[in-house]
Amino acid sequence: MLIDWFTVGAQALNFLLLVWLMKRFLYKPILQSIDEREKRIAGRLADADAKKVEAVKERDAFEHKNQALDQQRAALLNQATDDAKVERQRLLGQAQKDADALSARRQETLMHEAETLNQALVRRTRQEVFAITRKVLSDLATTSLEERLGEVFTRRLRDMDGPQKERLAEALRTASGPAILRSAFDLPAQQRATIQNALNETFSAEVRVQYETAPELVSGIELTANGQKIAWSISDYLESLEKGVAGLLIKQAVPAPADAAETAPKRLANR
Amino acid sequence: MRLSPDEMIFWQNGFMKLNATIVFTWALMLVLAVGAKLITRNLSTNLERSRWQNLLEIVVTGITKQIEEVGLRHPRKYLGFLGTLFLFIAAATLCTVIPGFDPPTGSLSTTVALALCVFVAVPLFGIGEQGMRGYLKSYVEPTFVMLPFNIISEISRALALAVRLFGNMMSGAMIIGILLAITPFIFPVVMTVLGLLTGMVQAYIFSILAAVYIAAATRTGESRPEPAHQT
Repeated sequence: MLIDWFTVGAQALNFLLLVWLMKRFLYKPILQSIDEREKRIAGRLADADAKKVEAVKERDAFEHKNQALDQQRAALLNQATDDAKVERQRLLGQAQKDADALSARRQETLMHEAETLNQALVRRTRQEVFAITRKVLSDLATTSLEERLGEVFTRRLRDMDGPQKERLAEALRTASGPAILRSAFDLPAQQRATIQNALNETFSAEVRVQYETAPELVSGIELTANGQKIAWSISDYLESLEKGVAGLLIKQAVPAPADAAETAPKRLANR
Repeated sequence: MRLSPDEMIFWQNGFMKLNATIVFTWALMLVLAVGAKLITRNLSTNLERSRWQNLLEIVVTGITKQIEEVGLRHPRKYLGFLGTLFLFIAAATLCTVIPGFDPPTGSLSTTVALALCVFVAVPLFGIGEQGMRGYLKSYVEPTFVMLPFNIISEISRALALAVRLFGNMMSGAMIIGILLAITPFIFPVVMTVLGLLTGMVQAYIFSILAAVYIAAATRTGESRPEPAHQT
């Protein structure tokens, strides 16, 4: 008989015991460790997913912030550009004003210089004319300029008439002191006598005269008595010359400042 | 010539006896239990783990997957029974390479005991899954006439399980024994390798058939499928 029933029973028991042993020592711990590992991996995956979501959220926030910063920067840049434009306009206006002021001052200075030059020219012309006249008169008429001036003055005294003559006569009469006769040079005795005679004849009285020298009269003679005055000098002739020269100088000076005023702002705008 | 290790008796006291089948079974149980205990003593739950733990995990998950493929929805519930069946038969087969070792599965007593265990476990699992009434009802399906045939089928398949395993294991050992007598040297080694292969296949067949029977018993409202694996 191949089947031994005691052995069958013992083997069945043995098998059931082995089932219990295997469950206890093999399946349970192995399955537990697998479950724990799977749980841990699932946890890590979930953690990774959560981190990914968080990272995406942070990336979005960062991009949003970046866009906001870009917009802010663009706005600031635009504002700065506008401010710079306004400031440029203001500076240009200021520069134009300054350039105008400078140009005006320069023109003024030029005018002043022209005037000064004019005066110097006038002075020089007078002196030259005086010298030329004296030379010409002395060369041509063999008479000194002073003599001619005395003669002219005498003639004017004699030719004087009307209210002017009356006013002067009145002044000479009412004067407390002698009349003052000023000349640019010392009058010779002969001329003094001639003038004295002419005065006496013209006003039909003994006119007392005090002689003085005043170089600024420029070859002229002037009689002053109690506020009234009769004078003749080369200045009268020189005045027309002075006007002519002055006119010429002004004509030359005026265009130059106008050019300067136009070019100055252009130079500033190009910077 | 011994047909079964039952015949090698170490100790006997009346009905009780200690034969080679029981002793070799104890030895196998000791090796399996101590080995499992030693390996699972320091289990790692991290991604890094020892080779032995890896091996056991592969074996356990492989068995679980096979049970699931058969059609059992909760494989872990049946893992203890079916997994141990496979491991015991496979270990017994593997140990045939040890000289002097007679596989306990080469004894008809052992295979009958295993078949009886399956014979008892199938209705137990069936009742546990669909209740006493539901399980008994499956015997009278599709008609009441089928009841005796179903009962015969139940008994005969248990018998077939026992005889099939016994025949294969015993014949393997027998062939090697005969060949050793005729052509000792290379040929018995080749046959041993072949015996290892057939032994592993038998372990697989035995546990898979048990799983199929349990699946058929626990499947509610479905026809009981015929066993697919027959040798």
